[in-house]
Amino acid sequence: MKTPIRMISGAMVAGAMMIGAAQAADPVKIAFIDPLSGWMGATGEQGLSQYKFAAEELVNKKGGVLGGRMFEIVPFDNKLSGKESLIQLQVAIDQGIRYIAQGNSSGIAHAITAAVEKHNRRNPDKRVLFLNYSAVDPALTNEKCNFWHFRFDANADIKMDAITDVIKANKDIKKIYIIGQDYSFGKAVAAAAVKFLKQKRPDIVIAGNELHPIAKVKDFTPYARKIMASGADAIITGNWGADMVGLGKAVISAGFKKPIYTYYGAGDGITGTFGAAGKGVLKLVSEGQVNPPASPEAKAYIEAFEAKYTKISFAQPRIANVIGMLAQAIEKAGTADDVVKVATALEGMEYDSMFGTKVKMRATDHQAIQDVHILAHTDENVTFDYDNSGFGTVVESTVKMASANIATTCKMKRPK
Amino acid sequence: MSTVAPSEAARKGPVNWALLLPWLAAIVFLAVMPLIFASNSALTIMNQMAITIVFALAYNMLLGQGGMLSFGHAVYMGLGGFFCVHLMGYVENYEWQIPTPILPIFGGLFGLIFAIVIGLFSTRRAGTVFAMISLGVGELVAACSLIVVAFFGGEEGVSGDRTMGPTVFGFDFAQKIEVYYLTAIWLVISALAMFFFSRTPVGRLANAVRDNPERAEFVGYSARFVRYYSFCASGFFAGIAGGLFAINFEILTEENLNLVTSGSVLLVTFLGGIGFFVGPIIGAIVFTLLQTVMSLYTDIWQLYLGGLFVLTVMFFPRGLAGLLFMHWRPHQLGKLGTLVVPYARMFVPGAVMILGFAGFLETAFHARHAAQGNEVMKLFKFEFLQYDSHSALPWILFVAMMVAGAYGCRRLAPGLKAAWDEANTARSA
Amino acid sequence: MSLILVNLIDGLVTGLLLFMLSSGLTLIFSMMGVLNFAHASFYMLGAYFGYQISTYVGFWPGLVIGPVLVGVIGALIERYGLRRVHQYGHVPELIFTFGLALLIEEVVQFFWGKGQIAFNVPESLKFALFTISGNAIPAYKVFMIFCSMGIFLVLLYILTRTRVGMVIQAALSYPNTVEALGHNVPMVFMGVFGVGTALAGIAGVIAGPTVGVFPGMAIQLGSIVFVTIVVGGLGSLWGALVASLLIGWITNFAAAYSFRFSTIFEWLGLERPANMAESLLRDAWTLTFPQIGPILPYLLMILILVLRPYGLFGKREV
Repeated sequence: MKTPIRMISGAMVAGAMMIGAAQAADPVKIAFIDPLSGWMGATGEQGLSQYKFAAEELVNKKGGVLGGRMFEIVPFDNKLSGKESLIQLQVAIDQGIRYIAQGNSSGIAHAITAAVEKHNRRNPDKRVLFLNYSAVDPALTNEKCNFWHFRFDANADIKMDAITDVIKANKDIKKIYIIGQDYSFGKAVAAAAVKFLKQKRPDIVIAGNELHPIAKVKDFTPYARKIMASGADAIITGNWGADMVGLGKAVISAGFKKPIYTYYGAGDGITGTFGAAGKGVLKLVSEGQVNPPASPEAKAYIEAFEAKYTKISFAQPRIANVIGMLAQAIEKAGTADDVVKVATALEGMEYDSMFGTKVKMRATDHQAIQDVHILAHTDENVTFDYDNSGFGTVVESTVKMASANIATTCKMKRPK
Repeated sequence: MSTVAPSEAARKGPVNWALLLPWLAAIVFLAVMPLIFASNSALTIMNQMAITIVFALAYNMLLGQGGMLSFGHAVYMGLGGFFCVHLMGYVENYEWQIPTPILPIFGGLFGLIFAIVIGLFSTRRAGTVFAMISLGVGELVAACSLIVVAFFGGEEGVSGDRTMGPTVFGFDFAQKIEVYYLTAIWLVISALAMFFFSRTPVGRLANAVRDNPERAEFVGYSARFVRYYSFCASGFFAGIAGGLFAINFEILTEENLNLVTSGSVLLVTFLGGIGFFVGPIIGAIVFTLLQTVMSLYTDIWQLYLGGLFVLTVMFFPRGLAGLLFMHWRPHQLGKLGTLVVPYARMFVPGAVMILGFAGFLETAFHARHAAQGNEVMKLFKFEFLQYDSHSALPWILFVAMMVAGAYGCRRLAPGLKAAWDEANTARSA
Repeated sequence: MSLILVNLIDGLVTGLLLFMLSSGLTLIFSMMGVLNFAHASFYMLGAYFGYQISTYVGFWPGLVIGPVLVGVIGALIERYGLRRVHQYGHVPELIFTFGLALLIEEVVQFFWGKGQIAFNVPESLKFALFTISGNAIPAYKVFMIFCSMGIFLVLLYILTRTRVGMVIQAALSYPNTVEALGHNVPMVFMGVFGVGTALAGIAGVIAGPTVGVFPGMAIQLGSIVFVTIVVGGLGSLWGALVASLLIGWITNFAAAYSFRFSTIFEWLGLERPANMAESLLRDAWTLTFPQIGPILPYLLMILILVLRPYGLFGKREV
């Protein structure tokens, strides 16, 4: 322990330095509000490690932004609860954090976007931005859009647009079964599927379109039977988590051998659980190309990530885009504290992602436009597998800059 | 206060100070808190505590006063809250003139209506039948909330804006501090109302029916109707808690109705102590702190919470309030002071043992689950407690702390017991 | 017609699995007088143990050893934890099991992480035993049926035809008298709790490959097990069986037939609202049978409790 005099003089020197270099030393903090415990804790943890890695590799190792300010990811466990999310949001804001990242569960994203909008309106001196990296309910960039919310994942409609493009080209598919979880996201997926199929392949018969209670169905066998009985040539589902595993297993063990187009059929143990059974059958729609690696830079990046986090699969490439685009916007705006300037720099921005696509953030609705891929669950040509299972997702087809001109009902109120 | 009666001496004079003083102290405390903890997040957490207190007090009307265990009480709070958020929507969209401060009454009324309807068949019998019916109703309503999107908003719930109503004394409740004082006022009013309810004939009869329903019937009162009235009153106050929630968070979701919320209010009330009026208050404060604040400092907060419940049940079944009121007798005998030193002495090895155990668990979790190359951990996220979780030193240190602490407690236990017995014994001299 | 047979078989599987869980719980209830909220956690433990053992020596040893381990843990918890709490009353026991459930979930996450575990059906059972008009009935499901029936028969035999079973039945109803007669009642209780949790463990090992093994398994099962034993009658083994089958078939048939409620409304002559997005009753018009499937058991439970509080086969009201 230093003696008191040394401590005091040290503090004085530090204080002087701080006053002089306050801006440069202050890190740019980004709050990560997602479940870190409980049954969705695995997904949250996975996302958090990708955020930390991206901040480290893409920003901090290159010297930070604005001449030396590093990115710091601050995790908050929302326990998948709307109320907790709002409390943690408040804690984050009080800690001076101006960038809020969240993605797991559109329901919580709705709560946060409404809370952020109200907070920014009531406290113009403490505004924050909401970086939505994974909540894909289209409403967030349509009727519930606001200036402070940016979505970096392709929303459910864009993903459906990509899926239906692939289905359109496949003449073997004559009947389709749509099944999903009974809530806003599942309904959005079903509605989009019906709409796009009618546009692109009016000859396709929708053999079934149903919703099941979310997280309550333990046995999907009756649903699997219905699907088999309908004679469907393909299944479309937005199910995630245990519902995805249950549905997939039931359908495959009932003998279904045709493609299953999913939104969340990989990662967090799901790929390992399906294993060989899912080969040739399970498909995934996603942005971000992992297999084959889109660029040597991407390959090195993923290799370094997997070396550091041996138990976590690299499943959300878009997170690297979030960090990269935020850094670029801050540099362009010249400030990390005036979020209006950063937001203005972020909207309309074009970013070169190392994962092989350009990412364009539309100014009208703050929805990112990028390449969307249909991936196949397989063990062939897999450079980076999931869950240490030997199986991974490999790009089958790509829709370039998917839905670049998709319509939006967003009427954004911009700050003066 | 069903177990301890204030001493007769304090009743002299027109004012019963023994009863009044705690309330005044509480009011002053509530008024002063924001001056100490002024940040918005602290205010939000205090509001959350206040809401939980009202809810837990309402729940204790059933459990502690009436002996009725309910697994689905969140329904009344949730329904009251949903109704209030809808009202907020009407205020915003159709210019209804409902000032925000009186919204909780509507929440209470809505909760009351549902309690009246459901109580008709659920309060016929007490005990397990009542508990299971409440479970069924709770699950039904929670499941319906995802089906009936028109009222419950589906998965994303219903949100509103509390600032759209007519201003009250110039307040529009945009600032958290205004919401805090509103919530605090409602807390005091509700707690007073519930306290007086427990003193009314119905409240006293609820105690009687809880203890011996057969005898109560023999004296001439219908156990069934007493339970019914308690149930309705409890639903009313739960609805008020829901209204306060709606004002504070401006969003209600399925989470407010589900089994987890119902279960947590049971835990809260039990933790605080169901035999005392202040029990749920203490339980709510401690539980909110643990659940919200602890997760900021550790990843394994659920482990600590589960462990706390198990230990409380095993060693302090009368709850934290019970623990406090254990000291009433020494206080009456004037010997409370003699316990200070033994407690202080016990505190040191006890704290060492607990911290050692916690450190051990944290290090174990980190060693098992941290990323490669991420060897260094921060104990409880404090910067100055950094160390490598894979090296032997911290492990040895924590085990040593546990052993030393346990040994110290063991040594001091007889002395503490002797002091306790002494403090509880009245000597004639 | 054949589809009905298929659904009957599927419902039978679900029901029997539920029975394995509820049989243990109803026995424990007879003994403790209060519900064991950690029962589903023992189910989860069984699944995890079964998985871990299967990675070393295969599925079949896991099926035997896993539940035994769970049973031993359950017995120890009863001896050192529950027994102490029993004296304080029903609510403390309940809270104890709550806390236990939280602890078990955390412990599981500590050892196995938070994601899905790849516990799969053993290769020897991975084929379709027979098909009914195009619907494959997997051999594993038939195995599940035989396993559950076997357990039920063994339990029934032990409880009603052996001396030990007589002592257990007596001890569950009149513990003090039985103790006065010289039997070791605390040991009986420990055994009952151990066997009950072992049953939950077996259910976990068997159900794990089909349902998916992850830390949220216990919560996913939720309160349906309590519903089952209440409907069947607390303390009754036959009641647990009948109620489990009933609930298994109800949920299965509800999911199998996508009946729309709008058909009933239209049959009654009601008009479909013109603007579905704004109408207050829009949810009623889009309601389908599968949507309400999982909540039908709760409706059934409430009906039974109001009309016949003993449950279907219960002998006493608690």
